[in-house]
Amino acid sequence: MITFVLSLTFAFVWAAITGSATLHNLILGFALATLALWIVRDEMSCRGYFGRLGRIFSLLLLFFKELALSAWKVATLVVRRDMDLKPGIFAYPLTVTSDFEITLLANLITLTPGTLSVDVSPDRKTLYVHAIDCADIEATKRDIADGFERKIMEAFR
Amino acid sequence: MIAGLLDLLTALLVLSGAAFALVAAIGLVRLPDLYTRMHAASKAGTVGSGLLLLAVGVHSAELPVLARALAGFFFFVLTAPVSAHLLAMAAHKVGYRLCEQSIRDDMND
Repeated sequence: MITFVLSLTFAFVWAAITGSATLHNLILGFALATLALWIVRDEMSCRGYFGRLGRIFSLLLLFFKELALSAWKVATLVVRRDMDLKPGIFAYPLTVTSDFEITLLANLITLTPGTLSVDVSPDRKTLYVHAIDCADIEATKRDIADGFERKIMEAFR
Repeated sequence: MIAGLLDLLTALLVLSGAAFALVAAIGLVRLPDLYTRMHAASKAGTVGSGLLLLAVGVHSAELPVLARALAGFFFFVLTAPVSAHLLAMAAHKVGYRLCEQSIRDDMND
């Protein structure tokens, strides 16, 4: 059932993107969506999907706020006459465990103010993050843990 | 009236998008090493191109074009951090050093 609703949603997205809402195109979109969902059928756990949507949405909102903030910070930094940089790489202990969550967290960190993920340790317990201002690392770590990491766990667990 | 507002919005989006792209370029020149440069390229670059794409979508005033512009922005957000991450990781693997102002490097400990 949930797959059917998702396929239908994807079919409409497909129609919107391809720019024609004819019946043929909708059917093609539906077929493609079903195929795509079939490919990822094992990775998709459908339990509580809609309750989750709200939390995913809140993660998305936080992300866009942080993205705007980070672009603004970089902008004000590079046009300043003397750039007071204290860059460095710090190790961030990961609480999230699955590949998907780590990837998402790393991507979100890269697009937020002053941080850029560089590498994940082989045992997947540490994320190495380059920060443009390493003056107060503990605060940065706290921000990530209380912000993105907590929201990711709320949304995808 | 509506058309005028749309034009105004488009102009604002184009100007701010171009400003962020310019800032990203200035950042690439002024920042001291690859890692700090990736900050400018990934963040300001993404926001700049995102705003420009949004401007295209708003200017067309057509839903399909707007949807495609949004999809383009979405893929930008998806791919920009990956390329920044890969470049930074590759640079660190081959031993590219952090600039002198850097105060710590936990990856070498």
